[in-house]
Amino acid sequence: MSAVADNYAKLQELGVEVLSVSVDSHFVHKMWNDNELVKMVDGGVPFHMVADQAGNIGRAYGVYDENMGIEMRGRFIIDPDGVVQAMEVLTPPVGRMFAETVRQFHAFQLVRASKGAEATPAGWQPGQPTLKPGPDLVGNVWKVWNPKMEK
Amino acid sequence: MADKPQGCARVTGSVVGEGPSSAPASPAPETRKETAVTARVGQKAPDFQAPAYFKGGFTNVKLSDYLGKWILLCFYPGDFTFV
Repeated sequence: MSAVADNYAKLQELGVEVLSVSVDSHFVHKMWNDNELVKMVDGGVPFHMVADQAGNIGRAYGVYDENMGIEMRGRFIIDPDGVVQAMEVLTPPVGRMFAETVRQFHAFQLVRASKGAEATPAGWQPGQPTLKPGPDLVGNVWKVWNPKMEK
Repeated sequence: MADKPQGCARVTGSVVGEGPSSAPASPAPETRKETAVTARVGQKAPDFQAPAYFKGGFTNVKLSDYLGKWILLCFYPGDFTFV
């Protein structure tokens, strides 16, 4: 969570609001922020830390582990219409890659702005060419994209 | 998002539209109910409301209040863990 908090400014530039959720109470969230996270992130956590002690939200998102009583590392991108555009769920020992989340926000926002006229190929980075799906592109993707472009 | 008085009941997040226990301060944690997994890409995100900590105060967050904005929703195993 500290990685997201530390990179919060990048998300704000993209107009993204962050909500973090765990089964800890909001009181524990306060203690964690005030006693530890504030030492890693200037000013402490800048977004709402949501308490889901009964795991109800986690169940609805498929990330709650009934045996352990905790929530997996689930990351969901929700668009302005309230539609889930992306999800990634990891078991606890492996952390997420923040840069990939930012890349996906760039890509989903581009697709939305184009009203679906453009798509982003594998490995796409902001600024690179996009695909314009249509009759002319069928059988011709090789002209504008190849696997070596993903680095 | 104003500060709310904090009672001693064990409050928790709840999915919106799941009956009376969706009230944020409902003191009935022992009535265990099954919540179906409804999060799917390309589908509406399950709405929820829950208590939260935000910059020194306690708030109540409702996902649908954020309609019109992009949201990054992150679950993690627990406070004071290491990754």
